[in-house]
Amino acid sequence: MKAEARRTALWLLGAAALTVAPHALHLPAWLSALCAALLAIRGIGLWHPRARLPRLAVLVLALTGAVAVKLHFGHFFGKDPGIALLAALLCLKLMEGDSARDVRAAVLLCFFLQLGLFFYNQTMGIALLALGGTLLATVALLSLHLVAAPPAMQLRTGALLLGQALPFMLVLFILFPRVQGPLWGLPADAYSAVSGLSDSMSPGTISQLSLSDAIAFRAEFAGEPPPAAQRYWRGPVLNDFDGRSWRARRPALAGEPAYTPSGPTLAYRLTLEAHNPRWLLALDYADRGLSGVRYASDFQLLAEQPVRSRSRFDLRSRPDSLVGRQESTATLTAALALPATGNPRARALAAELAAGTDSPRAVLERTVAHFRGGAYAYTLSPQLLAGDSVDGFLFDSREGFCEHFASAFVFLMRAAGVPARVVTGYQGGQINPVDGVLVVRQSDAHAWAEVWLPGEGWQRVDPTAAAVPQRIEAGLGDAIRAGDPRPLLMRPQFSWLVQFRHRWEAISNHWNQWVLGYNPDRQRELLAGLGLAQADWRTLGVMMSAAAALLFAALLGWAYRQHRRQDPLDRAWAAFCRKSASRGLPRQPWEGPLDYGRRLVHAFPGQAAELERIAQQYAQLRYRGPAGRSDVRALSERIRRLKLR
Amino acid sequence: MPHQHATRLLEAAGQIILGKEHELRLALTCVVARGHLLIEDVPGVGKTTLAHVIARLSGLQFQRIQFTSDLLPADIIGVSVFERENGAFRFHPGPVFAQLILADEINRATPKTQSALLEAMEEHQVTADGQTLALPDPFFVIATQNPAYQIGTFPLPESQLDRFLMRIRLGYPDRGAERALLMGEDRRSLLERREAVISPQHLLDLQRAARALTVTDRLVDYLHALVAATRHDAELSGGLSPRAGLALLSAARAWALIEGRDHVLPEDVQTVFPHVAGHRLHLAADGRPVPPEMLRRMVEGVALV
Repeated sequence: MKAEARRTALWLLGAAALTVAPHALHLPAWLSALCAALLAIRGIGLWHPRARLPRLAVLVLALTGAVAVKLHFGHFFGKDPGIALLAALLCLKLMEGDSARDVRAAVLLCFFLQLGLFFYNQTMGIALLALGGTLLATVALLSLHLVAAPPAMQLRTGALLLGQALPFMLVLFILFPRVQGPLWGLPADAYSAVSGLSDSMSPGTISQLSLSDAIAFRAEFAGEPPPAAQRYWRGPVLNDFDGRSWRARRPALAGEPAYTPSGPTLAYRLTLEAHNPRWLLALDYADRGLSGVRYASDFQLLAEQPVRSRSRFDLRSRPDSLVGRQESTATLTAALALPATGNPRARALAAELAAGTDSPRAVLERTVAHFRGGAYAYTLSPQLLAGDSVDGFLFDSREGFCEHFASAFVFLMRAAGVPARVVTGYQGGQINPVDGVLVVRQSDAHAWAEVWLPGEGWQRVDPTAAAVPQRIEAGLGDAIRAGDPRPLLMRPQFSWLVQFRHRWEAISNHWNQWVLGYNPDRQRELLAGLGLAQADWRTLGVMMSAAAALLFAALLGWAYRQHRRQDPLDRAWAAFCRKSASRGLPRQPWEGPLDYGRRLVHAFPGQAAELERIAQQYAQLRYRGPAGRSDVRALSERIRRLKLR
Repeated sequence: MPHQHATRLLEAAGQIILGKEHELRLALTCVVARGHLLIEDVPGVGKTTLAHVIARLSGLQFQRIQFTSDLLPADIIGVSVFERENGAFRFHPGPVFAQLILADEINRATPKTQSALLEAMEEHQVTADGQTLALPDPFFVIATQNPAYQIGTFPLPESQLDRFLMRIRLGYPDRGAERALLMGEDRRSLLERREAVISPQHLLDLQRAARALTVTDRLVDYLHALVAATRHDAELSGGLSPRAGLALLSAARAWALIEGRDHVLPEDVQTVFPHVAGHRLHLAADGRPVPPEMLRRMVEGVALV
């Protein structure tokens, strides 16, 4: 295999690998393995020509692959089977050959698959990967033409080409009329993200709590953020217990809160990742007069539409508000309901805690004291609890995570005759030191309790905090027992990783806000800033064309200047070569002036003297030292007058 | 004008060695560039005659060393002999003390003997019995070598090959030349009747003039691109060294001078390139020397700017 062809093949192989690799996240495993094997065979085949697949094998593989895709997905329609098929075809295409036509086809496939990446994921990392793949594919295409150039120069030219495309990309991005909805999602995919929360929980059925580091939402406080121990973000309220599971009930919605907000105000902007349900995650308790939200009777805040794309909400909270002082009987009855049987030991404990007290507050304090002194341990991998899960947790295993604590606590309170319910949501979150934005992850999901006391209304009680105070004050990392495996990022030796993550997330936030979140509103905002208050799609179209034309003109001007900056002697010689080329005798790129002159003399013997003189004069002016300006002018005049016959 | 000496020499030589104008010119280029020449070909194509012709026509002292497997370094450099009458050692210089040396079939000698000559070529001096003795000027070695696959040879290692500025092949004469050769007088006796057409001083003048030739930035850029291309070529085991780059430049200068120009053109570089690079580059696959057509491809792969 010739060195040049191998270089092109290597560029292409790199482009294909960079394109297919991120797709492996969602391709079926067998297909990823097939692609990897094909790419590896191709790589080996570059040096060992015998390690190539025969044509028939490629054909059979293509057919088998297509059938397998059909069997796997059941059809060929839609994004998943389409992308899978194309990925397989790209890898097989590389097996086919090294001709320019093959390379072009493979490069086109690469481009399309890079676009396909955004159907699944629009993060900045994927964008960077796609950009790298685009660069390599462009260079592969280029290397067909810049055959002899060293790889660094091919790469530089490719980067230059992409760089020239960049302003056009920006113009299209900013001015192309926007439609409402996610930038890249196909209708069916945009709603696939799910929340770490759900509207039910069953403590004791999970033996391994998997902690996702995915971001649930971000909050940007107008002033100083509240301390970690007070950052309870309210999600679904779970009221109904059937002995194993807690479930939410549908709350009544209103345009105004059911309480009177009071006390100091916390203003913040919530950027919620897509999670499908309508619930928002607001700090207790939401102020009145917020736009775009509904207030639930259980103090939850809901959006008007399901949150199917990353959304921003400007919210205010009044943490000191008193809520639920005049609670309806129905609500209080529901907050006392327990199954008729089950968990006898917990019921006995509740009776013991309630005995001899006169007020619900006293019961509450004794129960909290029980948790505080009960030697309960916090763990992410608790024992499974069969049967009576509350009894099992309180008296046998004595270990668990927030759900166990909240569930047992509420059970005890209800059994002791105090209305109580489980509240789920997120607790804490981390301030990113780079941009000061509070980041709350799925791993910050939490469950706590709410108890109703006469005259005081609903009071937040966090049994987990009572039993394991470190969990709330210092975060998860400190609450886990020594010896329990910790999530990677909570190990102290990986603090640099945490640093890196902070930076990355700060950049990602900008990406989300300005690239992915560039919707019609933002576009209007931006254009209004440019003095275009009422831009409809026609105005945008005209502006887009005008900007593109301007850019083209600028690029042309630049190219022309590059040309003018060329040495006049070079230009004269180039004109001579063009003239001869138009008569079918182009100068070979490596051909020296005298050699070329001799070849021309041979072809045009009638003008031998003149051709020879031009070639010799150029050779002398170019290679004898600094050329006099008048000599160069004389030569270019001579070349201008030359007419090859 | 120094290049007229070259023309005179080439004309006279062309009458004795028939149909080999290009090779003669290359050989003279090598002399003018102050380099040593390696001629590689099968026996009997006129390698030895070529050396004789150059020596004779330019009036150089000539020595021929026939390399054999039992040749010793002292046979080349010389020995110190104890002389009874004055009770001291006296150095008897060997054949290396001549202006033009023909090292015939250099690959028949052992590496030790080969390296004795090659060191003399590099240093332009020899060391015997702790004494350093300068070699005459001009000093020029033409080594002939049979292709390595012949039996009983010690091929020169790559590092030693680098001491030779250029390597040429003579090849068989064409039909007309061979006919004239067969019909005509014996070349040796023809040569013996010829007088020198130039003097060693003329050769030194040529060497000096070649070093003074103009080389523009543009040409250096081109030459460097060509050298760099050999370094990026995946089919080669390694590219040209900076010393080889210098060799290429001085050979191109000498060629340009012999062509009668006072400046170097890319064509000059392209002409000498196969002969300067050919014995310095080896294939990565099997270590064999690069074939000529690959050298030509390399030249065609580097565009002039």
